[in-house]
Amino acid sequence: MDKKLIVSPSPHIHSNTSTSKLMSDVIIALLPAFVVSIFFFGFNSLIVTAVSVLSCMLFEWLISKYLLKKKPSLTDYSAALTGLLLAFNLPPTLPLWIVVIGALVAIGIGKMSFGGLGCNPFNPALVGRVFLLISFPTQMTSFASTKAVDALSGATPLAFLKEAVKSGKPLSELMGYFSYGDLLMGDKSGSLGEIGAAALLLGFVYLLIRKVITWHIPVYILGTMFVFSGLLWLIDPETYLNPLFQILTGGAILGAVYMATDYVTSPMNYRGMLIYGVGIGIITILIRVWGAYPEGISFAILIMNAVVPLINKYTRPRRFGMVKAK
Amino acid sequence: MLKTFKIGGVHPCDNKLSRGASIEILPLPAKVVIPAAQHIGAPATITVQKGDRVKVGDIIATASGFVSANVHASVSGVVQAVDMQKDAMGIARQSVTIAVEGDEWNETIDRSNDLITECNLSPKEIIDKIAAAGIVGMGGATFPTQVKLSVPPGKKAEFLIINGVECEPYLTADHRVMLEKAPQVLVGIRILCKALGVNHAFIGIENNKQDAIEHLTKEAASYPGITVVPLKVKYPQGGEKQLIDAIVGRQVPSGALPIDVGAVVQNIGTALAVYEAVQKNKPLFERVVTVTGKDLATPKNLLVRIGTPISSLLEYCGGIPDSTGKIINGGPMMGRSLCYPEAPVTKGTSGVLCMNEQESLRETDTPCIRCAKCVSVCPMGLEPYLINVMSRKKMFAELEEHKPTDCIECGSCSFTCPAHIPLLDRIRVAKSEVMKIIRSRK
Amino acid sequence: MNETLLFTILTLCALGVLAAIILYFVAQKFKVYEDPRIDDVEGMLPGANCGGCGFPGCRGMADALVKADNLDNLYCPVGGSATMNSIASYLGKAAVEKEPQVAVVRCSGACDKRPKTNHYDGTKSCVVAASLYAGDTACSWGCLGLGDCELACNFDAIHINPATGLPEVDEEKCTACGACVKACPKMIIELRKKGIKNRRVFVSCVNKDKGGIARKACSVACIGCGKCVKTCPFGAITLENNLAYIDPAVCKLCRKCVAECPTGAIHEVNFPPRPVKTETESTSEQKKSTLSEGNNPTRNEQKTETQE
Repeated sequence: MDKKLIVSPSPHIHSNTSTSKLMSDVIIALLPAFVVSIFFFGFNSLIVTAVSVLSCMLFEWLISKYLLKKKPSLTDYSAALTGLLLAFNLPPTLPLWIVVIGALVAIGIGKMSFGGLGCNPFNPALVGRVFLLISFPTQMTSFASTKAVDALSGATPLAFLKEAVKSGKPLSELMGYFSYGDLLMGDKSGSLGEIGAAALLLGFVYLLIRKVITWHIPVYILGTMFVFSGLLWLIDPETYLNPLFQILTGGAILGAVYMATDYVTSPMNYRGMLIYGVGIGIITILIRVWGAYPEGISFAILIMNAVVPLINKYTRPRRFGMVKAK
Repeated sequence: MLKTFKIGGVHPCDNKLSRGASIEILPLPAKVVIPAAQHIGAPATITVQKGDRVKVGDIIATASGFVSANVHASVSGVVQAVDMQKDAMGIARQSVTIAVEGDEWNETIDRSNDLITECNLSPKEIIDKIAAAGIVGMGGATFPTQVKLSVPPGKKAEFLIINGVECEPYLTADHRVMLEKAPQVLVGIRILCKALGVNHAFIGIENNKQDAIEHLTKEAASYPGITVVPLKVKYPQGGEKQLIDAIVGRQVPSGALPIDVGAVVQNIGTALAVYEAVQKNKPLFERVVTVTGKDLATPKNLLVRIGTPISSLLEYCGGIPDSTGKIINGGPMMGRSLCYPEAPVTKGTSGVLCMNEQESLRETDTPCIRCAKCVSVCPMGLEPYLINVMSRKKMFAELEEHKPTDCIECGSCSFTCPAHIPLLDRIRVAKSEVMKIIRSRK
Repeated sequence: MNETLLFTILTLCALGVLAAIILYFVAQKFKVYEDPRIDDVEGMLPGANCGGCGFPGCRGMADALVKADNLDNLYCPVGGSATMNSIASYLGKAAVEKEPQVAVVRCSGACDKRPKTNHYDGTKSCVVAASLYAGDTACSWGCLGLGDCELACNFDAIHINPATGLPEVDEEKCTACGACVKACPKMIIELRKKGIKNRRVFVSCVNKDKGGIARKACSVACIGCGKCVKTCPFGAITLENNLAYIDPAVCKLCRKCVAECPTGAIHEVNFPPRPVKTETESTSEQKKSTLSEGNNPTRNEQKTETQE
């Protein structure tokens, strides 16, 4: 045989997963929620999403080609995913130029300034979202309502209740405005992608089946939120919201399933994920109950993102043989 | 709920192409090249010279230390050369080349097919006989069997675990042995139990080999103390430590040996070799090898004499396909790719796998996305991504606490990495460098 | 109001005094005396922190220099004799004279001289490849060409030449720190003395296989024929395990061995070109390679002229 044999170290086979396959799986998982969004918000949500995705991809391409002088890697779909997640966190009626600024901050500052894919400490989409939330508070908090309930006047359920409770109204009176069915199906005002809780959970199931993510982080976050807000609710149901309501609103599911589980910015082992998840859960409720913002999960994730390197340094996965050694 | 090991693991496509092919005897080659070092430990000392006439089963090299093994002639004929021959990795090693003449066996070998179940030898005599026959771990690790059977003082073996897992994709040699040589294997296990002074033996078999589980369970009924344990399919269940964890739920601590938790693990092929050595006086000079590959005309399981060139095995199965990019000695997860197809079959060759060019080439690696998949699949609970980075930065002193020395080189991390980063490549380097540091301290 | 002010000032003063007292005693207790000369010596060292001296960085070396009774075993390869002399005179100790050294790559099995027998598809690292197998040519001793030496070099002094697949040392930049020597898993790179006018003669091969096998694998391998050993008038060449080695301490640079070597494994560096007596095909080919390298003034290597 004249042909030269190929020699390489083992293993000689690969599971055939790839970064682009994982990213496109997440995008697929987000599609049901996107459909819900289009159903309730119509053409607006389509436009905002398209602008966000395309501008994220454009900025990634421009920055990697002309600033980092690397081969642009749009084919791994990570920029597209960032764009999609950013759009999901924006009000559907947001002026498009603000969307473009958000994309620039998300990709330029949130991701590429750290060296691109795999190097960013913070979730890029959330960096973009929080930047916009602080810079354009009016535009970022005026939501189109899906329902013609005058009382709500475009505020999200959490924002509405927060204001109402402050003015001294008892909660039991206010809760009548909402039905859990609407919250689950997405008939409420809010950010573009957060509203369809059921659709988001459907995507979660898809991600679990495809083994793109594990159940740990979402369950830890939502579980902590449920327990913590449940305790508060038991203390005083007239001041504090009930736990199920907490989970179904304010982008909790979108954050827990799709934002907090971002590979790059989440811990590397299950023990670390526990600390991370519980931390996000507690901070979210703290912000919602005592903080200035009604939602809070974006900030909670970003704060815990900052702690992740420390978590990775001090938590080790369960080693084989360590059980007996103690 | 079937048993399996607790931490990590992956599920490669099993591709057992030769599952249904009965063991065939490969015709004798024209000459064989038998290396003196086919086992872990010191190479054996060659005792024959050029021009010597040998028979099948004659000793040609003797063990040169405690951890070493005898080597026997696998064919009859004249010693053509005793010199340095390149092994499968292209490294020159002391070898004996024998030109085949006829097939004359050493007279002491019992060549009949009768099953001899009785064994009245003492444990010491059994171990001596195993040592004389040059038996090594047939699963691929090639650790001399007599060393494993000699329980160090102060420790006690509680049970014997027989590895019939064959978790490597493609390989079916052990599977066929279990189906075709079940009584011999079971007698071999009984002999091993006697040598160790234990009463219980467990045979771990993954449940993708349903026929083997049923067959052995049925046969084992007449051998008290031997239990067949069906296991959930998961790679690398065939790893010694993983198998002990799966079957008896004990985890061997880092740096310790299976005997520290009272277990001794032997391979199915080893049990067969032990039977033949003790009951039939037949030293280890042939073994069952799976010859397989997606493009190979007829994947087969062959009974092959040690020293036969691998190319002649492939020739027998329809020739090396034109599309071949890589030939692997062993399975695709842990096997080593060959430099050239004329390399000889050794005691540790469990399979020969032809991969086509498309499968052979690695994909280019992309940046790590920190998905932690390598951490979650590592069966030893290590952090492959971290060891890889630190190894690349040559931070070997700091690496010690991350235990790269625990790595069993199963390849699950590289297999699963979505960024196609060859993690194991550098972990291996880290492993050997940290070993050096630890050794220099002693 | 006044009372509050007074009280605050007093409390703060008391706290300040207390802290000062504690700090004073703690500083006394944990005082570490450090020889001020260490700082000075560190300043005199090149500051490359290459580890070529065997210490972790220049400060470690400075510490050792100050503490050492004599400087026999301490030498900074980067700074060379000049640095060592100035440090020695500062410390009032005698410096060791060491001849300046340079890294020498002892393999000339370029792509055309040493045919590939397989295709390596692993991580691009010599250590990884060397731990896996013999290499992608039939020579299991030679350079793997994957560039670990290049990565190890802190001085940008060694580079893989893409045309030959072999590393080349930039003699101007090489400080003989030995990083590449340690990085090479095949132990091909050697530190040799720079020599008068940078002239050196060395065996550019580390193949210990028998002659036939070595030659089959590589046309410029040392085949262990021993002709050079017989030729050398000074007894500088030894032959061990089918491999010749020229002892730089004994070699007088007469270059007789270079002409004698049948495979051209012995190289002479930085000598003025000598007149070519006979032009055979092989010599013209080698001349061509000399010419192509000629545009690099620092590296004027003369390939062997074989005269058969």
